[in-house]
Amino acid sequence: MNSIAQRVAQQSQQQTTELLLHALQEGLPIVERPYQALAQQLGWSEDQVISELDALAGSDRVRRMGIVVKHRPLGFKANAMVVWDIPDDKVDAVAALMSKYEGVTLCYERPRRMPEWPYNLFCMIHGYQRDQVLDRLAQMVKDLELGDIDHQPLFSTRCFKQCGGRYVNKPKSQLGAGHG
Amino acid sequence: MYQLTDQERQLLNIYQRKLPIEQRPYAAMAEACGMSEQQVIDCLNKWKEDGILSRIGAIVNHQRVGASTLAALAVPEENMEVIAEQVNAYSEVNHNYQREHFFNLWFVLAAPTQERIDEVLAELEETTGLPLLNLPMLKAHHLDLGFPL
Repeated sequence: MNSIAQRVAQQSQQQTTELLLHALQEGLPIVERPYQALAQQLGWSEDQVISELDALAGSDRVRRMGIVVKHRPLGFKANAMVVWDIPDDKVDAVAALMSKYEGVTLCYERPRRMPEWPYNLFCMIHGYQRDQVLDRLAQMVKDLELGDIDHQPLFSTRCFKQCGGRYVNKPKSQLGAGHG
Repeated sequence: MYQLTDQERQLLNIYQRKLPIEQRPYAAMAEACGMSEQQVIDCLNKWKEDGILSRIGAIVNHQRVGASTLAALAVPEENMEVIAEQVNAYSEVNHNYQREHFFNLWFVLAAPTQERIDEVLAELEETTGLPLLNLPMLKAHHLDLGFPL
């Protein structure tokens, strides 16, 4: 069942999400009352910003909210995207185990692109030095008995860009063209 | 290694994963870390200046909002800087790293729609003439919850 009322509610929730994410795109202002600053930008009340943001934070539309650091200047200079060719029927179980390792910040399944790309599982291992990352990887391979699995650590050698995603366009309603 | 005091370390360890959503969020952070509100504000501004703070904000779940993908290009070493610049020029690109592989330039794209992602990738493929991989996420098993410091 998807009544008109439900659809209208969904659309309005989506628009609220987009407005908030757009307002947050450059980061929460570093001032005593940052939500008041966002409120002025959005033409909302401070209370409204706080309650909508609270709802967004508790939803699955964001993974997390908080301080976003740049890991390289902080000292996490070694980062390897390790790519694996895991049999499809094992990928969920292996990924769940990998995710528990120290230094593993991401673990994603992605499509193979044969013949040039046979890898279906990606995990990011961060560390202070290359050797530390390689040690963690070796330990993982040993513990999870992955020695026979084709895998490669792709260390990053240069960062050309790291910034927040420009995931939302300026929402239409903010441009004064709210008709949709 | 960037030097952090114990209080600053605590601030980062607690607040990469959550944001106090109340009138004075920096005062709430300050209280939890034994700092004053002004100290937290000064500290965040300093981190911003020093380039270790990207922003205080939200990491969006692109499976629910907008669209994103991971893409890679196989770039001849001598053209790396020019091509990296060309990739960076798209505001849809938010991460772009050189990595050790035949596919040596890896970038994340995020946009409001899948159509825009496809358009940017098609443009890059055409203008660079280089082999391109498009590897959208099928399933997230583990998500970025910040760096333990």
